[in-house]
Amino acid sequence: MTDLSDTGAGCPSGLAPPTPAGATSDASPFVVNKDGQCQIDLSVRGAKCGGCLSRIEKAVSALPGISEARLNLSSGQMRVVWMGNLPADAIVQTISGLGYGASPLDPDRDQDDVKREERRLLAAMGVAGFAAANIMLLSISVWAGHGEMGAATRQMLHVISGAIAIPVVLFAGRPFFASAWGVLSKGHANMDVPISLAVLLALGVSIWETAQGGAHAYFDACVMLLFFLLIGRFLDARLRRRAHAAANDLAALQARSVNRIAEDGSVRSVRAKDIAPGDLVLVAPGERLVVDLDVTDGVTEVDESLVTGESAPVIATPGQRLYAGTMVLDHGLTGRAVAAAADSLMADIGRMLEAGEQRRGTYRKIAERAVSVYVPLVHSVAALTFIGWLLVGAGVREAIFVACSTLIITCPCALALAAPVAQIVASGRLFRNGVFLKSGDALERLASVDHVVFDKTGTLTLGAPRLKRDGIGDRILETAAQLARASRHPLSRAVVKAAGPGPLARNVREHVGLGLAGEIDGLSARLGSAEWVGVDGESSQGPSIWLSLGDDAPVQLCFEDHIRDDARVVLRGLKQRGLGFEIVSGDGAASVAAAAGRLGIETWTAKAAPSEKVERLETLRRAGRKVLMVGDGLNDAGALSLAHASLAPGGAMDLSQSASDAVYSGEGLGGVLTVLDTAKRARATMLQNFGLAALYNLIAVPIAVLGFASPLVAAIAMSASSLVVTLNALRQNL
Amino acid sequence: MEGLLFLIPIALFMGLIGLCAFLWAQRSGQFDDPDGAAYRILEDDEDRPL
Repeated sequence: MTDLSDTGAGCPSGLAPPTPAGATSDASPFVVNKDGQCQIDLSVRGAKCGGCLSRIEKAVSALPGISEARLNLSSGQMRVVWMGNLPADAIVQTISGLGYGASPLDPDRDQDDVKREERRLLAAMGVAGFAAANIMLLSISVWAGHGEMGAATRQMLHVISGAIAIPVVLFAGRPFFASAWGVLSKGHANMDVPISLAVLLALGVSIWETAQGGAHAYFDACVMLLFFLLIGRFLDARLRRRAHAAANDLAALQARSVNRIAEDGSVRSVRAKDIAPGDLVLVAPGERLVVDLDVTDGVTEVDESLVTGESAPVIATPGQRLYAGTMVLDHGLTGRAVAAAADSLMADIGRMLEAGEQRRGTYRKIAERAVSVYVPLVHSVAALTFIGWLLVGAGVREAIFVACSTLIITCPCALALAAPVAQIVASGRLFRNGVFLKSGDALERLASVDHVVFDKTGTLTLGAPRLKRDGIGDRILETAAQLARASRHPLSRAVVKAAGPGPLARNVREHVGLGLAGEIDGLSARLGSAEWVGVDGESSQGPSIWLSLGDDAPVQLCFEDHIRDDARVVLRGLKQRGLGFEIVSGDGAASVAAAAGRLGIETWTAKAAPSEKVERLETLRRAGRKVLMVGDGLNDAGALSLAHASLAPGGAMDLSQSASDAVYSGEGLGGVLTVLDTAKRARATMLQNFGLAALYNLIAVPIAVLGFASPLVAAIAMSASSLVVTLNALRQNL
Repeated sequence: MEGLLFLIPIALFMGLIGLCAFLWAQRSGQFDDPDGAAYRILEDDEDRPL
């Protein structure tokens, strides 16, 4: 992390600190060529105010050939269009030079579809709002003039209302009709079925009444109903898109360009997804693999913690297969990209993801359960009303009208809003707290969690080793650091981090899998494995290296995987909430035991392969536990998708992020508690809302069945019930 | 009562103007960046149209 504070970098109003740059990713493969013009989309982090906006746009516009540089402050995305041969990296560097984070974004096709859907909902909402206001204006004159207004005038007002309502219902109701038709044709029912039925019925009855010159028309009710429901739908769609975009931005932090070696030996940077199986790929030290490959050349240590959970580096040699997510440490390597084979690790994980998807599909939401009670109940009440009115001697026309008005007034407007508004408010809250929820339904699953399974490396711990200082003097540390500064190995970096900046030893050479050798003050110095310095290494808890200087006895340096600062607080919080927790890690037993001991976790599993992680979750599930899985690695992806609910940190692999219900950003684990608390509260609100909706129907149904439901009563009852449910959901924000 | 014959069409027409303005604003991306737009009006330089 570079200290930029003295150059006045970052947000000038001090709203946000300078943002450290993410992983270095070559931006050039992300440039889109459009009729001679180059265009790139960037994700800019840390821009908070108008000062940031003009600073970034001015600096980028000042580059040669730029024709458009526009930063969207709401989404943090920037589009730059230019002519000529300005390298895209120059733009990224200009922005990061100002103290903001910038990384290239892949133009996301899904995102465009979601955005179009959102716009369609907004347009439908606008049209329904216009119609609702105007029809209500006409309806109020009908109600106010009751008893005085002539039949011809009333008829005219109804005809005008109908002329507005019919096209509007057909246009604005499409999202509901399409969804209702979709599930009906599969033989199920969802909330959109009774909604569509009530709206179409209200429209049909009103047209018929108007044609007969009757006194009652429900045009206002059906349009108003659509308007309320569309507001809910639109807010829901917008929030989901923003959460999706935020999670995408986190993913953009990870390097996604690859150096491909062409047949003529030239190296070109391309997007990861443009790599075909068989392509030769060059990976520099310190780079993370973004494709699976077979090593063809180069011997190096690699960090596979994101793939296997193993925190200690391992040695990769030609012929070995490395998976995306592996970090190459001390030397570069070349490899041949491979397609996912049917028996590979990726294929296993892919099958688990599929199984998880299916299992989640079978989860029955509270709203679905409510519909399954509501639909038969209300429809039989309407049928009984029809029969009852016939029996007491009413005409067929009157009986049909009363039965229809029963269905209209019991329309599940409040019921349909009950769950979504609670979910919208809760996910908005989480969004502001840096937790990006994938779907509203996930809240229900998160709320019922009673056991939490943590991955260790990168989740409970930082995933980077830290030097234990006990028994190590400053002089020894400085000597070790003089060697370590020449290396990218995580243990070397940990030594340098402890020692701070300083000089470098002379003639430092790195030997893969062994260690470093160099000269300090004319003495030969070695830093590395026990074998490298020539001692019989006794095993210690966690990784360790040895330092030898001249003829002095070698000194052992021990490391621990540093536990996140707030891990203990979060675990105590879980305990207070009565939740159990355990570690299931792919790392070695020694380091898992050490971490578990320090955190006071009794149950832990070490050396767990992806399938064993899933097996452990299945055991817990059979024991009746509702498990929340928290993990970041590729080896967690299967477990994440098969768990009852799952969370991934922002630094997790793409695959793990997409397998989980929510992604939390930030350094700590605090997101876990926030998610659980918000989910519990949201579920409580949802249940209250269903209670309120049921109460409303308890009052409304007798009125309607007895034939007192005039359009005026329907309009008041519907808007009042929707309002009550919405206000109750907003209480969560208090 | 004859007043209604022109008052209602006028009311509807004005409502339609509002609706068209809303749909135009939405289509031309006016709601894409509400945060940034609030700051852009404070900029002294000429702001290029979208």
